[in-house]
Amino acid sequence: MINLETPKKQAQLIDQAHQLAMNMLRPISRKYDRAEHEYPKELDMLAALIDGVSETGATGGAGAGGVRRDDRATDDPATVRNGANLASVLSVAEMCWGDTALLLSMPRQGLGNSAIASVANEEQLERYKGTWAAMAITEPGIGSDSANLTTTAVKDGDEYVINGEKIYVTSGDRADSVVVWATLDKELGRAAIKSFLVRKDNPGLKVERLEHKLGIRASDTAAITFTDCRVPAEDLLGSPEIDTKSGFAGAMATFDNTRPLVAAMAVGCARASLDLTRDLLDQAGVTIDYDRPAQNQSAAAATFLQLEADWEGAQLLMMQAAWMADNRVPNSLEASMAKAKAGRVGSDVTLSCVQLCGTLGYSEVELLEKWARDSKILDIFEGTQQIQQLIVARRILGLSSSELK
Amino acid sequence: MTGTTGHALVKGVTRSYIYVMSFMSSLRPGGRHGLSSRETRDPIGLAVAAVNRLAQSDLIDRVGLRKQTEHAVYSTTRNGFRAATAAGRTFARAGRRTSGARPAPAATRGVFDLTPTEDEQMLLDVVKELSAELLRPAAAEADDVCTAPAEVLAAAQELGLPGLGVPEALGGIMEERSAMAGTLVAEALAHGDMGLAVATLAPGAVATAIGLWGTEAQQQTYLPAFTGTDVPAAALTIAEPTVLFDPFTLSTTALRDGDGFVLDGVKSAVVRGAEAELFVVAAQLDGTPALFLVESGAEGLEVEADPSMGVRAAGLARLHLTGVRVGADALLGDSDGRAYRECVRLSRLAWCALAVGTGQAVLDYVKEYVNERQAFGEPISHRQSVAFMVADMAIELQAMRLLTWKAASRAARGQDFAREVGLARQLCTEKGMRIGLDGVQLLGGHGFVKEHPVERWYRDLRAVGVMEGVVMV
Repeated sequence: MINLETPKKQAQLIDQAHQLAMNMLRPISRKYDRAEHEYPKELDMLAALIDGVSETGATGGAGAGGVRRDDRATDDPATVRNGANLASVLSVAEMCWGDTALLLSMPRQGLGNSAIASVANEEQLERYKGTWAAMAITEPGIGSDSANLTTTAVKDGDEYVINGEKIYVTSGDRADSVVVWATLDKELGRAAIKSFLVRKDNPGLKVERLEHKLGIRASDTAAITFTDCRVPAEDLLGSPEIDTKSGFAGAMATFDNTRPLVAAMAVGCARASLDLTRDLLDQAGVTIDYDRPAQNQSAAAATFLQLEADWEGAQLLMMQAAWMADNRVPNSLEASMAKAKAGRVGSDVTLSCVQLCGTLGYSEVELLEKWARDSKILDIFEGTQQIQQLIVARRILGLSSSELK
Repeated sequence: MTGTTGHALVKGVTRSYIYVMSFMSSLRPGGRHGLSSRETRDPIGLAVAAVNRLAQSDLIDRVGLRKQTEHAVYSTTRNGFRAATAAGRTFARAGRRTSGARPAPAATRGVFDLTPTEDEQMLLDVVKELSAELLRPAAAEADDVCTAPAEVLAAAQELGLPGLGVPEALGGIMEERSAMAGTLVAEALAHGDMGLAVATLAPGAVATAIGLWGTEAQQQTYLPAFTGTDVPAAALTIAEPTVLFDPFTLSTTALRDGDGFVLDGVKSAVVRGAEAELFVVAAQLDGTPALFLVESGAEGLEVEADPSMGVRAAGLARLHLTGVRVGADALLGDSDGRAYRECVRLSRLAWCALAVGTGQAVLDYVKEYVNERQAFGEPISHRQSVAFMVADMAIELQAMRLLTWKAASRAARGQDFAREVGLARQLCTEKGMRIGLDGVQLLGGHGFVKEHPVERWYRDLRAVGVMEGVVMV
């Protein structure tokens, strides 16, 4: 039965996330935007709180690890599930309504944790419990074209030896481990790309520097070098076999799971702008009427309606992608659709809200200008707008990556 | 010069000034041929206009060589001629003026889900077949002649579509509130053709309105005709031909007169106006819009063909109401605007569903086309500028669908859906139009000619933002 409301059983969780975002993240939002690279110590307590609640099962499996596809579940396939994926996107959106950068800095909730949840085997999952894992894919010369990365992993006895340089590693300084993408054999292309969990205390790993950024400044973004960095063979995530048939699928499966999460970040960040702008407009005597034609209302109200409609589209595409994952339906098309729509809507909404609020929106007195800076990265990382369009176009048109380059 | 003479002189000058000015203003070009009233003609322009008049052959007609007799018969493809509405059947009065039967709201499990129910899916499968096998092949011709073929209307009637919104107790086919089913049906029909979908769904809009807001008497009087084997043409008329039309401030008025009402005004987007036997007319009553049931053949009703840019198969017309008297039992629903507001929302919802269906038709069509069309030695789909347009089409279309479904499912459950339908209409108008535009663009010159259906979809998708009323779920 068609229903696109927030699931009844997750309503309480989302309320809690909203309260956390409002009462813990918002009060320190501007502080850490100004104090870039300073560790937001308040988050330790918040993370402990979240871990505690997770233990009780009350989070419905939400969080970075919530993206794992649990194949053991033997639910009646006819029963529609609203599970951890949906709970995760909805609570991530709520937290990013609070502050996107702080959500990204949440201990033990890194994108690396989502990668582990997506591709690690059961034994690894148990062994890595409690780690805070960052994700290292991008290199100085390789962005979207991750199949061509140059970091190498060479098998040497019971170990792999990793060499290369990674940039844009979110939480790369604060996390206690890093999931690194490296190739076992450059000649074999995508199929040879594997991910490895490297502990931060590994002597072959060095954090070279932290970036100064346009937005999400509370989140540390590191450049990391790996020099003859030796990791045990059992820290290769998933299968060590180079299966040229399944190709890139193993490592890329992570993206099907993390893209809806990034869409959720954009949805949450944009809603912060919409909520405040609606309130400010209301105080200025502009109310939004959903019944009267937009062109018969003020230009500000008409603009707002257009922004909110786009935002709603992003939110529902995000929920669709997560819902499919919960019901074990392949969703890479829908995950990319959600990411593409949410990414561009995030920018449009936050930038337009600054416009609607004038210098008040532009000033650091309010957070609107910050959200307009924070949102930009969400249309870039985990696959840029253009990469999402490529994926969607290839799927829709039935074209391979050599046909539609 | 005496004062009197001076006064007369001033008077004379003033009079000739007024004469000259009115002569000049008759030479002003504005108000016709799409010209703004701010346009003026200079001497060369006046000369050209005179030559043009001379050049037009109907000057010959004016001197009596040929008598103008065309227009004597109502034609759906030309505007400017008014005819009386259809004689229509007699709807036998029955029942009491108490509240009518109401469909129950749909239940909910509170689970996010995008799967139609089994009943909805079964209905949808049949409608999709009808849409692909009957509507799509008939679309081009129906668009051309501004008429829906009888077999399309008959097939829809056979499926019971006009009674989709009518409670089962009154002979309809659904147990519960059917806004969701209606939305899925409208989407599927519009995938075949929007114009024919509108023609097919129009009687159902009137029946659904009577099912939702009618008194027992109104339901007993009218609904049997809509659930039977000879469904009348009927039209839900809200729109008016004015700029910046706002359905909550109508020009059409209803004045209380004795124990009835007198209606005056002009309604537009009236489906199959000349054949319609029953109209639901929106008119301002005591400053608030309300709905009135008006049977065709009533004194003072005239219909005028109003062929438009698209949705032509629906045989769009204007309905002129001049002192039309209706009884006290003609008021459909309340007079405080609640029923009317819901009617406007449910109608917009149906238009959103139509936009999604036609948008899907565009996407399906261009997908094939760009994969087949070769340029520079490979399919044009291998170019990002082409492929990304298709990707955006798919993304926005799915967003349109989800917004529409969300509003529809809330309506079916009896929840407030003002915000959801407002946003759905916003998105479906903007992105639907974009899809039509890009559809034609992707086919290039081929998109501009009638050999391909994309130009029709371009015209149809423009309707979504301007239409009010007509269809309803």
